Amino acid sequence: MEITTRSLWTLIHGMGFGALYLLAGSGAIAFLYQRFSTYVAASASPGRDRLLGIYLAVMAALAWLTVLTGTYIIYPWYRATPPKGTTSLGAYPRSLLLSNPATSQWHLIGMEWKEHVAWLVPIVITTAAVVVIRYGRDLKYHPQLRIALYGLIVLSLFAAGVAGFFGAMLDKSAPVEGGQTIQLVQGEKQ
Amino acid sequence: MSAKNANAKRDSSSIPSGPGAAAILATGIGSFALAVLTVAADKSVPVKNLLAIYKPTGALSGVTTAAIVVWLAAWAILEWRWQKKTIQLKPINVVALVLLGLSLLLTFPPLGDLL
Repeated sequence: MEITTRSLWTLIHGMGFGALYLLAGSGAIAFLYQRFSTYVAASASPGRDRLLGIYLAVMAALAWLTVLTGTYIIYPWYRATPPKGTTSLGAYPRSLLLSNPATSQWHLIGMEWKEHVAWLVPIVITTAAVVVIRYGRDLKYHPQLRIALYGLIVLSLFAAGVAGFFGAMLDKSAPVEGGQTIQLVQGEKQ
Repeated sequence: MSAKNANAKRDSSSIPSGPGAAAILATGIGSFALAVLTVAADKSVPVKNLLAIYKPTGALSGVTTAAIVVWLAAWAILEWRWQKKTIQLKPINVVALVLLGLSLLLTFPPLGDLL
């Protein structure tokens, strides 16, 4: 059982940071709902407000790690131009997709949207985290701010979902492969 | 406690809405900047080349870096102006929502190509 370094980075980027973000997103909405509905009963505890702030800050960290690894580690491998005369485009996913009309739209729509829309996520979720940390219990006095927080988190989930969906589909059509091979488990000949 | 006293206590203990409004609006502005730069880099080769500040990543590096600079600058300026003010949040939310919605639409290539 082995994996290439490029595959490992796509796993860290997508299945690690990205998938964790998506999982955390639905939790954040439930957390916000639970937190803000208890304000009505005026029984909110400061500890839970702090926890919500930390939760969103971790989500923001995941979002930044996802876009930074995607943009600066994986994307250069994806968009690398093959040398002239290259016949096998396996190591050049962008060129491989564009070489076939049946797959070109995965790049022209999928990747082109994914690479930009994903960057909305850290911007939006960082704002949400800062607002929650800064206002804490005072959020109970600002219903419009609470509505904005819901909106920001839903929007970040949508953008992350788009990026995640196209990331998965692109990886099926033209995976980023190559680099050093890492042996995970040595098997026996059957 | 009378309603008047309760309101007074609330006003004295709560952070004004200004910093929150600044954060929300700056997010809309930063996101919209990302979308506008995305379309500009797609339409204009000189802009695309200008934004390619890290060659292996191409224009995406400049688009995202510039958008983050716009976002943080807008946040800093709005925070400075609204730090101690009470700002009506509803119109701010509407403007930010419109800017964020446009950002989603403009980054979608078939729609961005229509411009």
